[in-house]
Amino acid sequence: MSDTVLSVRDLSVAFETRRGTLTAIDGVSFDIAKGEILGVVGESGAGKSVTGAAVIGLIDPPGRIAGGTITLRGERIDDLPPERMRRVRGRRIGMIFQDPLTSLDPLYRVGDQIVETIRTHTDLSQKAARARAIALLAEVGIPAPERRIDGYPHEFSGGMRQRVVIALALAAEPELIIADEPTTALDVSVQAQIITLLKRLCRDHGTAVMLVTHDMGVIAEAADRVAVMYSGRIAEIGPVADVVREPRHPYAAGLMGAIPTLTQSPGRLAQIPGSMPRLTAIPAGCAFHPRCPKVFSRCRVERPEPIPVGPSRVACHLFDAQENAA
Amino acid sequence: MNVPAGAAPYVEVENLRRVFDVSKPWLNRVIERAPRQSLKAVDGVGFTIARGETFALVGESGSGKSTVARMVVGLLEPSGGEVRITGVSMTDPKQAAARRRLRARIQMIFQDPYASMNPRWRVGRIVAEPIRAFDLIRGEAAIQARVGELLGLVGLHPDDRSKYPHAFSGGQRQRVAIARALASQAEFLVGDEPTSALDVSVQAQILNLMRDLQDRLGLTYLFISHNLAVVRHMATRIGVMYLGRVVEIGGGRELFLRPRHPYTRMLLDAVPDLGHIGRARVPVSGEIPNPIDPPPGCAFNPRCPLAAERCRREVPQLIDGVACHAVEEGRAGY
Repeated sequence: MSDTVLSVRDLSVAFETRRGTLTAIDGVSFDIAKGEILGVVGESGAGKSVTGAAVIGLIDPPGRIAGGTITLRGERIDDLPPERMRRVRGRRIGMIFQDPLTSLDPLYRVGDQIVETIRTHTDLSQKAARARAIALLAEVGIPAPERRIDGYPHEFSGGMRQRVVIALALAAEPELIIADEPTTALDVSVQAQIITLLKRLCRDHGTAVMLVTHDMGVIAEAADRVAVMYSGRIAEIGPVADVVREPRHPYAAGLMGAIPTLTQSPGRLAQIPGSMPRLTAIPAGCAFHPRCPKVFSRCRVERPEPIPVGPSRVACHLFDAQENAA
Repeated sequence: MNVPAGAAPYVEVENLRRVFDVSKPWLNRVIERAPRQSLKAVDGVGFTIARGETFALVGESGSGKSTVARMVVGLLEPSGGEVRITGVSMTDPKQAAARRRLRARIQMIFQDPYASMNPRWRVGRIVAEPIRAFDLIRGEAAIQARVGELLGLVGLHPDDRSKYPHAFSGGQRQRVAIARALASQAEFLVGDEPTSALDVSVQAQILNLMRDLQDRLGLTYLFISHNLAVVRHMATRIGVMYLGRVVEIGGGRELFLRPRHPYTRMLLDAVPDLGHIGRARVPVSGEIPNPIDPPPGCAFNPRCPLAAERCRREVPQLIDGVACHAVEEGRAGY
């Protein structure tokens, strides 16, 4: 596929600790195409944020990429020296984090921060960069951008700050944006505005977006495809409508049933017993098997690899068995 | 107000108000000639909760829902208005003795269970604390038996009593918090975002547990949440708050099927939901105004598509469950 922007193959990230090596993500593979939003969901500890951090090369020691490849437009970026990776970040990959205040320097006017980013990554003049910064602020929906560009981060509300961060992420026209819980700290009405904005920008600029969040509702509305992560691996990946309406992996099915929705009548929620294993005690075989309602003997010994099921890929022995029977 | 027929309200809240002084320190006020500033966190809130019912308050941050919860349980003194539980006033000094007897039956569950437990106490001691504090059961063996029973009730193992809170996951800790709340034979539980810090699969376990316990023990709940889907799942009646006031109140079903206040409609429209795959939405404009300096008239008027001259002047009163001039005047079109 010539349209593939990001391609991750068999990625593993390990953390060296005094008690041995912890594998935070283990054998994760996915692609994101131009103009596509891939949602990455999972509960805390599933490895979704670590996956995002690995793509932008922000795994800090003692963590390290222990295996696999990450390619951006066919070019390997996981083994770049730090200085070259720094230039890829910001220029070719933009980032949006949960708390906009951590991405903004409180001592500098927001305009100066955007202009600095633009001038670092392009050869625009100061004046042209400022004009572009104003255009960017207008594009992300900040009213009166020619005046607000000289404001400090604390003068913006939470939602407006997140818009500034999105403008900052877009400053160098990146091919890929990693958005890690971009709406989690915002109120619902503002959250809706930010999702709409992200979707529009992705469509208009053809940017590939990796949207990491724990909120399935956000994914259902924003994403084209979704990857459900469990215990450092992708349990199921596929078009969002398939995964939400007809989840195949027992974990994905349990997760969808556990989420209260506005449209469904309030009955008893589906319940997955127990909780996600800690990294120090990942069960053998399929990591989900102790909680799985459909567990059978093979699940306890052999780790399932993702196999195609309909338009999705599912890592579950149930579907392998079906294929063999057919 | 909306009291279900034939049931005397368990909780009555009338015209509840709370003002916080958010002035700068005295020296700053003198030097900068700044006046005192106050924030009306809760401004004239009233509702009733019937016995055995789940009433939910829902709203975005700064709407005052947690402040109401804290005043209802008596953790915070109201600036005005009245809270009565089983007819006993929570503020009247003359009813102090009756209030003391009532206290044991009212318990609160917080968002972060870890912050509400002593990390150096074993779970058995944490759960037994209300029993000892209210002197409900005499004799160590009887107390231990009751603790084991309570832990079983919330889906933990009686042997878990010898563990410390850090040994539990978030969901299990919330179970311990619920066991502790039930230890004093509570009838009325106030949950302030009890599942907001939990992962969805664990949230489902806790919500199911709370409903099961309600069915078994006839508990009454006041449920505070910003999550509309959770509220829809839990509540029989719902109050929607915006900037310190209840803008709409009604049965859960009706409120979600036929929201009437423009803010409720906006909120329901804004929530990302599993049922809305790839939905293109009309985004809501604007954000919640600064509560120190709320707009005059109806606080929602700067964001409201139906705002008229009267809305900028006059605070709408709650009439038939909705506080909106447009609905009252029939301008809302529904």
